[in-house]
Amino acid sequence: MMGGYVEGIIAILCINLIFAYGIYLTAASGQLNLGGAGFQAIGAYVAGVCSNYFELPIVFSVLGGILGAGLIGFLISFPVLRTRGVYMVLATFAFALVISGIILNSEFLGGATGMVVPAYAPVEVLIFSTFIIILIVFWLMASRVGLAMRAVHDDDVVSEIMGVNVKGIQVFSFTLGGALAGLSGALYAHHYSFIEAQYFNAVLSIFVLLFVLIGGTQTAWGPLFGASFFTLVPEILRLGDTEWRYVIFGILIVLMMIFRPQGVVTRTFVHRASKIFYRTAER
Amino acid sequence: MAVPILQINCITKFFGGLKVLEDVSFDLMPGQRFGLIGPNGAGKTTVFNLLSGVYSVDSGSVILANQDITNLPIRKRIGLGLSRSFQNIRLMPHLSVLENVMMGQHCQANRITEMIKPIGWTKNNRWRQRALETIKDAGLEVDLDSTVSELPYGVRKKIEVVRALMSKPSVLMLDEPAAGLNPQETIELAGFLRGISDSNVTLLLVEHDMNFIHAICEKVVVLNFGLKIFEGTPKEVNRNKAVLEAYLGTSAMESSGVT
Repeated sequence: MMGGYVEGIIAILCINLIFAYGIYLTAASGQLNLGGAGFQAIGAYVAGVCSNYFELPIVFSVLGGILGAGLIGFLISFPVLRTRGVYMVLATFAFALVISGIILNSEFLGGATGMVVPAYAPVEVLIFSTFIIILIVFWLMASRVGLAMRAVHDDDVVSEIMGVNVKGIQVFSFTLGGALAGLSGALYAHHYSFIEAQYFNAVLSIFVLLFVLIGGTQTAWGPLFGASFFTLVPEILRLGDTEWRYVIFGILIVLMMIFRPQGVVTRTFVHRASKIFYRTAER
Repeated sequence: MAVPILQINCITKFFGGLKVLEDVSFDLMPGQRFGLIGPNGAGKTTVFNLLSGVYSVDSGSVILANQDITNLPIRKRIGLGLSRSFQNIRLMPHLSVLENVMMGQHCQANRITEMIKPIGWTKNNRWRQRALETIKDAGLEVDLDSTVSELPYGVRKKIEVVRALMSKPSVLMLDEPAAGLNPQETIELAGFLRGISDSNVTLLLVEHDMNFIHAICEKVVVLNFGLKIFEGTPKEVNRNKAVLEAYLGTSAMESSGVT
């Protein structure tokens, strides 16, 4: 068995990875979603209600969390997609605040005291789910849908002229992104057995968007790097000087933003890395 | 009597109170090589934007292969055979050369299975094969995995032409395809475009380089301040008084003794 500390880190890494892929899908088609915590909260609370009130097995409560967050993502994508750039960021941010407000004021959902989620998901379930999600996103990004998403990110007018249903692609990525963020929330709820609205706060939304932007939105490797970096590096730094670890971490982030403004992992980076990999493998 | 592949009937376009095109009409026959010329601001690119649907037509109609496409959504037009390039290159800057070219095939992927097939993982799928063939035919020699934003202007211009060809268009609209190319490249492009037209693709070119127009086009329409002032062969255009006036101005013509 894994030690408790390592297991804890792996669990949060899995949750962050799935969460990051949710935000990545919207970012890959050119939309910035700063309402990540809102979608994660919906997933967590739908799963929590399914488990707590209806005593459904984990599979169904997690599925409920995915569908709930996906449905809300689909519905709000229409008003949100009417906005652009910084206004879209603000609209999604406001959405997360509304969700948090609803949870805090709802007695049914436990309000500020939170909610107990009885069914427990061990870390193995989280690892398996993460593996599947990574595979699905890589698959999607290698398909024509993924190509169209990246094209829309670069130039929506030309994409439309090329025959891409731009609105359809944007709604699709927003919906699927919401569903993945919901899945990460549902897994969080079942692993930690307790959820509270305060956890799904603005800082969480900012962090997950940073995972994606610093990792890079051009390939599916970006969030893998971004989420791993943000989850693991603060833990590695804990081994050294604990007082300064967040300062060092902050400096690292600023340096990456200066030297890799397109994200650490770009398409060109992946292309060159794979060339070197195949050359070494041939030897 | 052959039926025109593209009919432009009295199209008019306003930008606010400014009339940028007024009652412009012309027909393109299948396989014809057609030039659209005129001084800067004459409305040439506006015609392209109206045909591709980027702008809506205020009055008049556009008929493509007997189908009225005046108010057809932008994305439906490429599937009917209308494809275009842009004056200011508009390739997807973060996509590779091959991915950009493959975007041109998007309208042919009609089934959901074609949309979700991981084409990036297999090297010998038919999409990739056809993209490679067209790139080779166009004489495009470039690292296909390089990001387009890193490439020189002339190469990017050519990639745009190849991308526009990938949808197997019946009417190919090219906005200044020879701009930024050196004389040798221009001659090669002219040869390539003539080859395309031989396979019954209708060409509609906006171009400033008159030598290029003479080398390719069978018919020319001249626009000036949004009005059609001439339609005829490239030879006739050089002798037309209205066209010379539009390009050189009345006073310049008087002082040089042209009447």
